[in-house]
Formats: sequence, C-alpha cells, structure tokens
Amino acid sequence: MSGSGQTATSRSSPRVWIRALLWTLAESIVAILVAVVLGGIGIFLFSGLLPNHSAFDLGLPVAAYGALWSGAVTYPRGVGSTLAYSTPLILAGLGVGLGFKAGLFNIGGRGQFLMGTIGALAVVTLFGNSLPGFATIAIALVVAAIFGGFAGFIPGALKATSGAHEVVTTIMLNYVFVFVTYWAISGPLRLPRSPQAVTVDVGTRGAALGTTSFFGVDIFGPNAHWGVWLAVAAIPLVWFLLYRTTLGFEIRAAGANSDAARYAGMKTRQLVVLTMSLAGALCGLAGGTTLLGVVHQIAPGYDTTIGFDAITVALLGRSNPIGIALAGLLLGGMRAGSQSMQISPGVPGELVDALQAIILLFLVINMLRRLRLRRHAEGPTEASAEPYGLGAVATEAAQ
Amino acid sequence: MVHQHFMLVPVLSVAENVVLGAETMARGPFLDRREANKRIAKLASQFGFALDPEAKVGTLSVGQQQRVEILKALYRDARILVLDEPTAVLTPQETDEIFALLRKLADDGRSIIFISHKLYEVLAVADRITVIRRGRVIGERKPGQTTEAELAELMVGRAVELTVDRGESHTGAALLQVDGLRVADDRRHEVVPGATFQIRAGEILGVAGVAGNGQDELVEALIGLRRPTAGKVTLDGRDVTGASPRVMNEAGVGYVPGDRHRFGLILGFPVYDNLILTSYYRAPFARGMLREDAAVLDSARKQVSRFDIRVPSPTVATSTLSGGNQQKVVVAREFDRPLKLLILDQPTRGLDVGSIEFIHRQIIAKRDAGTAVLLVSAELDEVMEVSDRIAVMYRGRIVAEMDGRTADKSKVGLLMATGGDSNPAEEAKA
Repeated sequence: MSGSGQTATSRSSPRVWIRALLWTLAESIVAILVAVVLGGIGIFLFSGLLPNHSAFDLGLPVAAYGALWSGAVTYPRGVGSTLAYSTPLILAGLGVGLGFKAGLFNIGGRGQFLMGTIGALAVVTLFGNSLPGFATIAIALVVAAIFGGFAGFIPGALKATSGAHEVVTTIMLNYVFVFVTYWAISGPLRLPRSPQAVTVDVGTRGAALGTTSFFGVDIFGPNAHWGVWLAVAAIPLVWFLLYRTTLGFEIRAAGANSDAARYAGMKTRQLVVLTMSLAGALCGLAGGTTLLGVVHQIAPGYDTTIGFDAITVALLGRSNPIGIALAGLLLGGMRAGSQSMQISPGVPGELVDALQAIILLFLVINMLRRLRLRRHAEGPTEASAEPYGLGAVATEAAQ
Repeated sequence: MVHQHFMLVPVLSVAENVVLGAETMARGPFLDRREANKRIAKLASQFGFALDPEAKVGTLSVGQQQRVEILKALYRDARILVLDEPTAVLTPQETDEIFALLRKLADDGRSIIFISHKLYEVLAVADRITVIRRGRVIGERKPGQTTEAELAELMVGRAVELTVDRGESHTGAALLQVDGLRVADDRRHEVVPGATFQIRAGEILGVAGVAGNGQDELVEALIGLRRPTAGKVTLDGRDVTGASPRVMNEAGVGYVPGDRHRFGLILGFPVYDNLILTSYYRAPFARGMLREDAAVLDSARKQVSRFDIRVPSPTVATSTLSGGNQQKVVVAREFDRPLKLLILDQPTRGLDVGSIEFIHRQIIAKRDAGTAVLLVSAELDEVMEVSDRIAVMYRGRIVAEMDGRTADKSKVGLLMATGGDSNPAEEAKA
C-alpha cells in the first residue's frame, strides 16, 4: 500500500516521506531483527563446537556481531568491500524488484548475470587490444546490459506469446545460460596459448574498473571499484521510471492487476516483454561490473548465487528502489564483514548465509499470510483463478 | 450457509458435490456412492427438487445449481439455513420456485435467514424483516406492516427514490450500429452467433439475459478486448470493428465493467491513479513520457467532489473505499467526458440503495446529454427500471426487442429462460 502512496508523498516534506519509507520497510526491519536474534542464539548454542571457545559462551554472539559490523563499516577497507559486494546485489535486486512491480517473478538473475559477464568479456577479448580502456569499458558494460536484457527478453517473449510462466522458463533458461557460459569460456573466449582454460584478464587490456578516486582521493576505499557509481545511478533512475513516467505507471498497473490494465487499454503483453528485458539488462550489468571490477578473469565453472540473493534483496527492500539500495547495502555489508568475523573471533562466515535465509523465510511467510488475509477479505470472486500462484506472490511482493 | 457465489465443483456430479466434506465412509477410504445417491434422492423428492444425482453440476442451469447448494445444507441436516443473495442470478420464474421451496423448508420447522438487497423479495418471502446498516440493526418490521419505501429509508438513513424517473428519451440518429456480429469465447466456441442491433443517441438499450448467454463476449467485442470473427460495428458512421480498447476509448466509448475489482480498478492504487487509468498518457496528465502529478491530483479532487466519492483524500488506497464509493470512482472516470457510447455491465451490482440511485441518475443524465447507452445486466429489475428499449439475449442471440416502459416482466423472464420458442431439451441445457 505504502509503495503506491509514493507519488503522493514524494512532493511533501522529507520527514513525511521518510516515515512512509520506514512504514514500507517496517516488516523488513523486523525480519532483520529476528534473524539477528536467532543467529545470536545459534552462535551461543554452538560456541562449544568452535576451536578456542568454551561451550555456551554468552560473549561470543556479541563479539561475532561486533566483528561483522566493524568489518563492514571500517573506513576505508570495510566500506570499500561492502560497496563492492553491494553493487551487483543492488543492480540485480533492482532488476528482480522491477519484475515484482510488473507482477513477474524473475528467477533468471543467475543466467542474466552470466550472460552479462560473457557479453562484457567478449568485448574485452575482441576489442581490448585496439580500443582505449575507457571505450572498452563503456562498450563492454553496454553489451553486458544487452546480453542480460536478451536473456530476460526470451522468457518475457515466451510469456507474452504462449503464456509460459516466467518462473518455469527462467529456471530452465538458467541451465542453458550456465552451459552457454561454460562453452564460451572454454571455447571462443579462452585465452589462446594458455596452459589452463582461462579467459583474458581484463586488467591486461586496461579494462578493469579502477578505484573510485575523486580528485585524487579514494573516497570509496581501495576495494571498491568504479562500478559502484552505476548502482548509485540506477537507484534513482529505476525510481524515476516507476513513479514519474507513464511507462512506469503501466508497469505498476499491469503488475497490480493485469486485467484492469488490459481493460484500460494498456498493452500488457508488450509490457511483460519490456519489463523482463529491462530486468535482464540490470542483472546483466551486475555481471559486467563484477567481471570488470572484481573478478577480472574467469575460468570454466564460474557461477553466481546472485539470482537468489537478488530475490532476497528485492523482497527485503519491498521492491522499492530505495529499499532495495538499503537491502543491498545490508547484505553486501554482511558479506564484507563475514571475513573479519571468521578471522576473529572465529565464527564461520556461513553465519551470514544463515542470517540471509532466516530473513528470507520470515519475509516469505509473512507475504503468504498477507496474501491469504487479502484473499479472505476480497471474497471468492476476485482474480482467484490462480489461488496461491506465483504471479499472485509476485504481485504481493510488490505491495 | 448458501453463498452468493456458488461453491460448487462443476466437473463433479450433483451427489459428489453434495457429499463433499461429509462423505459417508462406510467402506474405508472409498466413497459410498449408492448410499449418497439414495439419501439425496430422498431429500430431493421430499422437498420437490427435480435433480438427477448423477448429473454433472457444470451442465445444470443456474437455478438448478442454486438448488444443489441448498441440498448441500439439507444433506448436513441444517436446522438453520443462511442464504446470501440467493436470487441474484435467477430468472423471475426460478426465483418463484426457490421461494416456494423456502416456504416448504420453513413449514418443515427450519429457520431461514434470507439476505437480500431486493426489497420486494424480502417482502414476499419473509415472516420478519431486519434492516442492517453499517453492521448495526436499525429496525425490525413485519412484511404486512411496511413498504419498500420505508425499508429503503431505514437502509440508507434518508428518503430514497427507489426507481429513478427515467423521463422521456429524445432519441437522435443511430450512434451504434452492430451488424451480424459473431464472437467466439476463449475456447473458440461461437457464443454470439450473429448479433444485430442499433442504439440511437439519447437512448438506453437494456440487454436482459441470464448470465453466460454471450453478454460478456458481446461487450468485450464492443470495447475492443475480443476480436469478432465476423460482422461489423459502426460508431457514429465510423467502422470500429475489431478496434483496440484504446482506440474505442478515444472514439468516445465509456465502459463500466461488471466485476469492478477485477476489471475496473486497481485496488492497491490510490484513488487518483484509478481516476486516470484510461487517460494517464494524455495531456494534461502526462507530458511526453512524464507524469504530471499536479494535474492528476487537481483533476482527482474535482471529480471526488463532483461525484460525491466519500474519501478523506484522493491519495488513499482504493481498497479502503466501500463498494459504492469504489464504483463511483469507476463512474467518475468513465462518465466525466463527452461520450458517444456508454457500455454498462451490471453497474450497480452489490451496491447499497443510495449508490444505486446515484448511479442511475448519472446514467439518465448521460442519456439526456445525447449518449447512446448499452446496459447489460443479469438483474432484470435494473434493465426494466432504466431502459428505454429492452433486448432479450438468449444463447448469444437477441431473441426479442420491446419498449422499456411497457414491457411485461414475466414475459421478459420467460424469454430469458427459454428464448421464446419453448423447446424443453434446449431449456434444460441452458
């Protein structure tokens, strides 16, 4: 509800606006608190299993969370890692959230990310020697978005023409794109005359995204890369698209009630194709920036968990671009801090995955509960053709 | 409890539907079909139902399905029956039969709660009438000692005109001309096998018909959501056959869908967004690709006051509005511009008497402004009250047309149920 009040509140004072955002994110904040408490109890219960720790160590949860926090926010290294981890989470999270707004459940983030990676890599491999670095980077990122967009276009077009559900097609296409990636890395994009099957290192072609120096100062720390700016720019752009343009209105209308959108003269099928393509482009950009900014060189078997991480980010951010930015920072920060936590006090970094899982579980349970309450309130006639279908879940996720 | 919307499984037989949830488990996990059939046949004959326990529910008429619903309650030996708007989809004849059945059940010693917004039905069937407004009991009356007008006043809290004076119609040239229109449903069955009719400027044509006789498909073809397979639609001299919803909207066609939650509104959106659902892309609500929120809000505030939509602010979510106010949002959006043709599909379904009066007034006003109005409704009363001319639709065909002021209700009801020529085999299937 509060997401839809966005356009009205945005014109009023910032304090009203922030309050509306907090209401939107209230459930997410509770979810995070629940995860932190349960995670803490977990650390306390199992502390005896860790080397150098006594059983039922009450101080350990505090120490672990302290290390997690300082690892994520210490300037400049922690901040830099947090931003580097957050960049793909925010970009792909925006892609998944845009899909939710349109009533689409995009589980193809993994495939779209990998296609974006391949697109960027192909540009660097083909033109890296002949073009100046900044031109290679620019073209590589555009091609990453196009490749990712194409990977999203396919399930969008399938849904528009045959009604094939995007949940099924994106999951199946993920496998296709994983193997396309495998083939590309071990075939056409393999570094020639190299003993191992690896690709070119984008750094050797001047196409690595450097640190974000601003008048000679490394403002985002040494681990962050210039791609952070892309995420920073994408947040207001997606917000503007959704709430300030007629196209965004159509996307939100088709997502909230596609029948009503169709009756109102909107071309809902074209909207499905367009939204899936845009979502794929954002996930593709996540892949491109990760390649150019973080991993630089990949080998067969390169894969990502971004597809599901981005779903968590989009749900946690309630599909609201600003919420997604905050959620991306949180999950990115957790990833960044997990290393310091593992070094001292020695709590396994996998705790972060457990926290993420608890958050997701809490959000999904609440979403289904809300969906059921709404169905009850609206009675049996309205749009119950797909009782607890994933389309309804996607629409609910956007509320 | 008998719900307003049937809770039946169309692919199961009458007996299977009736025992669903109360199966006799005499033989372990297997359904004792014979025992069930026997009990149902006995109950049916006891109360004079003509129902075959083996028949698939999907093949029954709406009136028969209603009886299956009642049978379900009787099978569980219900002493108290609650019926929520049981006559909403029935023809007058079927309604009379249900009333006779209810009488019989009451005489048998059962208590019946009959919920309805049709005042004359309540007066005809009840022993005692309770009026509820906003969750409170407002008053209690005996049928012999009250009138429809008094009940309506209790329901709304002020004096209401039950039938809006439709006045004289001053018809002009034919605005909508439909010739031999053929329309197929989603399964490609032809459900409108050639409709021909016209509506003049300043005229209300009411289409009466039992739900599911091709009205939905006809309307969808007229507003551009369904491409007709043959035939021609002319709007004010212009061929608009198969035009898109947006083209029809821009050509001056307003449309109020039957299911406002599903087709007319986006409940999660604020009221102002629903008011521009069909015009969001045009000036003054958009400049190029950009929304003009100031203009949207400004226009919304004006419409909210002009159409008396009771909201604290046009920024609240539409889902928080009452049914009557939600429908007023749809009416404000569709009526508030010059129109050539106005298509209304059950525009007052499920609304309170006050909102019905308001919407009927708006329809008459639109007609008097020279709009051609097509009113499709399964509720015969509405068609009878508002229309200048009545067409009866039966199995996709317009089987009769008559003057709205002199039409005889039982004759129209009979035409709705049988299509005119009495063919019993056809009747059972419809």
